[in-house]
Amino acid sequence: MPQSLFIDIKNLSVGYTSRSGKTIPVLRDVNLSITRGDSIGLVGESGSGKSTLALAAMGYFKRGLHVISGQVQFDGIDMLNIERNALQRLRGGRLALIPQNSGQSLTPNLRIGQQIIEALRLHSDLPATGFDAGVIDLLSQVRLPDPIGLTDRYPHELSGGQQQRVAIAMALASDPEALLLDEPTTGLDVTTQAHIMELLRDLAKDRNLAMLYVSHDLGAIARVCNKVMVMYAGETVLTGSAKQVLLSPRHPYAHGLLASIPRLNEASLPQALDGRPPMPSETITGCAFADRCKLADQTCHSSPPQLNHLETGEAVRCFHHDQIGQLNRKPEKSARSNPVVADKDIALSLANLAVSYSRPGLLSKLFTPQDTPPSTVDRITIDIKKGETLGLVGESGSGKSTILKTIAGMVPAQSGNIILNQTEPLDTMVEKRPAAYLRQVQIIFQNPDDSLNPRHTVAQILAQPLRLYYGLSGTPLRDRSIAILEQVRLGEHYLERLPSQLSGGEKQRVAIARAFAADPEIILCDEVTSALDVSVQAAVLDLLDVLKRQDGTTYIFVSHDLAVVKAISDRVAVLYQGRICEIGPVAAVYSAPFHPYTDALLGAVLEPDPDVAPRLTADDAVELSPPKTGCPFQRRCPRKLGSICETNIPTAQEIAPGHIIHCHIPQVDL
Amino acid sequence: MTVSSTSHQQEQGRFITVMKDILARPSGRIGLTLVLFHILLALLSPLIAPYDFKLQNSSLMLSPPSSEHWLGADHLGRDILSRTLMGGREALLVTGIATPLAVIWGGFIGILFGLVGGRVDEVLMRVVDAFLSLPWILKMLVLIVTFGTGIGVLIPTLTFFYGIPVIRVARAATHDIIARDFVWAAKARGHSRISIIWRELLPNVLDTLMVEGAMRWSWMLLAFSSLSFLGFGVSPPTPDWGLMISDARGFMSFAPWGVIAPVIGLSSLIIGINLSADALAKALGIDRAQKAPM
Repeated sequence: MPQSLFIDIKNLSVGYTSRSGKTIPVLRDVNLSITRGDSIGLVGESGSGKSTLALAAMGYFKRGLHVISGQVQFDGIDMLNIERNALQRLRGGRLALIPQNSGQSLTPNLRIGQQIIEALRLHSDLPATGFDAGVIDLLSQVRLPDPIGLTDRYPHELSGGQQQRVAIAMALASDPEALLLDEPTTGLDVTTQAHIMELLRDLAKDRNLAMLYVSHDLGAIARVCNKVMVMYAGETVLTGSAKQVLLSPRHPYAHGLLASIPRLNEASLPQALDGRPPMPSETITGCAFADRCKLADQTCHSSPPQLNHLETGEAVRCFHHDQIGQLNRKPEKSARSNPVVADKDIALSLANLAVSYSRPGLLSKLFTPQDTPPSTVDRITIDIKKGETLGLVGESGSGKSTILKTIAGMVPAQSGNIILNQTEPLDTMVEKRPAAYLRQVQIIFQNPDDSLNPRHTVAQILAQPLRLYYGLSGTPLRDRSIAILEQVRLGEHYLERLPSQLSGGEKQRVAIARAFAADPEIILCDEVTSALDVSVQAAVLDLLDVLKRQDGTTYIFVSHDLAVVKAISDRVAVLYQGRICEIGPVAAVYSAPFHPYTDALLGAVLEPDPDVAPRLTADDAVELSPPKTGCPFQRRCPRKLGSICETNIPTAQEIAPGHIIHCHIPQVDL
Repeated sequence: MTVSSTSHQQEQGRFITVMKDILARPSGRIGLTLVLFHILLALLSPLIAPYDFKLQNSSLMLSPPSSEHWLGADHLGRDILSRTLMGGREALLVTGIATPLAVIWGGFIGILFGLVGGRVDEVLMRVVDAFLSLPWILKMLVLIVTFGTGIGVLIPTLTFFYGIPVIRVARAATHDIIARDFVWAAKARGHSRISIIWRELLPNVLDTLMVEGAMRWSWMLLAFSSLSFLGFGVSPPTPDWGLMISDARGFMSFAPWGVIAPVIGLSSLIIGINLSADALAKALGIDRAQKAPM
């Protein structure tokens, strides 16, 4: 039965007026229609206009944006020429939005129950007497444990995943017919994300919702959407069913995007998508993607392609969509050559390292000296060989960043030693370390917006380590800076730019350049790609790999993304609550036998493949502090043996040479 | 071309954009015009004042505005127009020197407190708070009564007292910056404390300090005029707005022109500074919650 279009966007162009008075489009002639029961995934790099389009579906435009042409209809209602009050009733009523950072969209000083009651009062016809029951009903629908107890809690008492569930519950309060989701799981842990995706998938099915899902995460899209629309530079470049788009993309951009995602079942680094998307203000004569496209020819640069509707139901904006087969899905990119490190010296030893953030006050020291909370990070013993890449993986709160900061001397260790090059232990505070050691350990941070001083030019940023460690100035300083910039594939003309004049990927390259400027032995990488688009992430991973092969640098690579860690590491340590669960060579850790936690993590990874469903073993509850005794994973472990897990620290079982699992379950059963 | 010259170009480029942004705003245009007008007047008033400001003429005592004396004469028969034109010189000179000095010392101490942090910072900030809780006029009068009046005492006094609120602002701004990764990165590289203040913190706190300085300037002008009004600022017969208001207020009911002219002089300058500070804050993208002087 053909259903009527529920959300119908026709030939929509949206733009802003530049200072010079020109109208600059950010959405160009976009069509999107959603029927009830459909869930459409909107994919693209940052700046592709996907969020603008999703908000346009509610008749909302960010400040400065205005409609150039086209129309937006919701169930036959013209959203662009609707009376203000009626529009307000629709938004949050029949049409609900779940934003990216729900923890921040909850009012911090209102209890959860009150917040949901407010949503019920405004957007449902429930009588006031039914509010309390309504709240409990909604909280159970989003599968929150103990809904009654939860109503009395404040938002900060919930974990990120629970906050996101509350936001979903509030969106459901009005019994909406359409849901708009703007990156709803970005920033959540893998296991939490997988659980939320399952929830959304079931909700959409049960309530026959029309769903528009905006995300850069193709794995999430694959899980909840039945159709996918790929956007590039404000245009639709490809639409089709989730299977068509994700498994055999007919557009070179979609093809490149998919190839740039690191996958668990591949051993090599993902393929980077070179170049960057055009700025909205650039005039484009031909295809917007032509500059980055391997299939592009003369026509692509001179005339813009139209959206071709194919017999298979896809629509593709490309002249050469029939030649897509020429783009090899798996190009001859050699699997990452793992340097032989077996016989190398040890670069860094962590010996029984423990870190505690708690600073007991005088009173508690006097009266309850035995009541000290367990250390945030404990029993970390790892030897890292020269030229090796050690991946540290785990959910937020697993202590991975804390370990890096302790190595860098920014967080004092409680006990244990950090030993560089098999000499005497380093002082735990950076101020007291000898200058010669400081140069040898450099750190690259997650977010280059935060790690580059916004007031410094690239030249000044690179000058910092070069002046400090090598005393360079004048022409030698400039020459060295240029040489380093070229290593990270940026040209000399970048020297005069400020960070605000660079793209995300370029900023991270500058941050990498700054770390390499010191010519260090060890580089600590703290989630260095998680603030970047996937296509840029692939390029940064590739760069890190090349630099490492040139200089023989040792990396400690922290990430919550298991596929990224797999792609770049030689050895992986899986951490939970600041304790090592499993450590070993990449291939061994990523294949059975598993520690139950590793198993839970790997099972929850969402692959950009609609046919692969995640395996959810452990629940996604978040623990704030590690248990005092026994195994750190005891409270969430799906395979808990019994009281032994609560009382005894699991012993290290050496499954294979170098592959160690800390678990009470005997090796044969793992 | 060296590295420092490239950064210099960036700074210049930024200065020009900020100036353009200020001038694009009505508040910036009006404010800067008023401030420039007052500075020019202070420089040129000895040349353009129609009469000698000291010249007393008993026949003109409290005479209303006339064609010879456009704004009338005061209780000693001195020309009010001439005295009003010159009445801002002393105030601008003293505050023009004391404001930058206050911002420099307060800013430096504030950044240092912010960087050191911990218990030292907490204790010292409570001292600052305690100090700020005393009425400012009382504190200043104690110093001035002890050491006497005159520029030599006024400039250090104003510098000292107006630097203290700057400590608070600079410290708060530093706290925002200090948690960012680029400061961590500098610490991890092992830079010295001075280098971190100078290279990482100061450039990022500078915007806030500039706006704070502009605000402090107008507060300071008001304080200076209040001191003059109370008889502790400029000594007669030097013309000064605060002093003029004080002298003329006894005759306000029948000779209001003696008060109106210096009031307009003083308020137009303060309004000008406040409008400029406002435009500057907006151009620099700083959310300014401070109130105008009261």
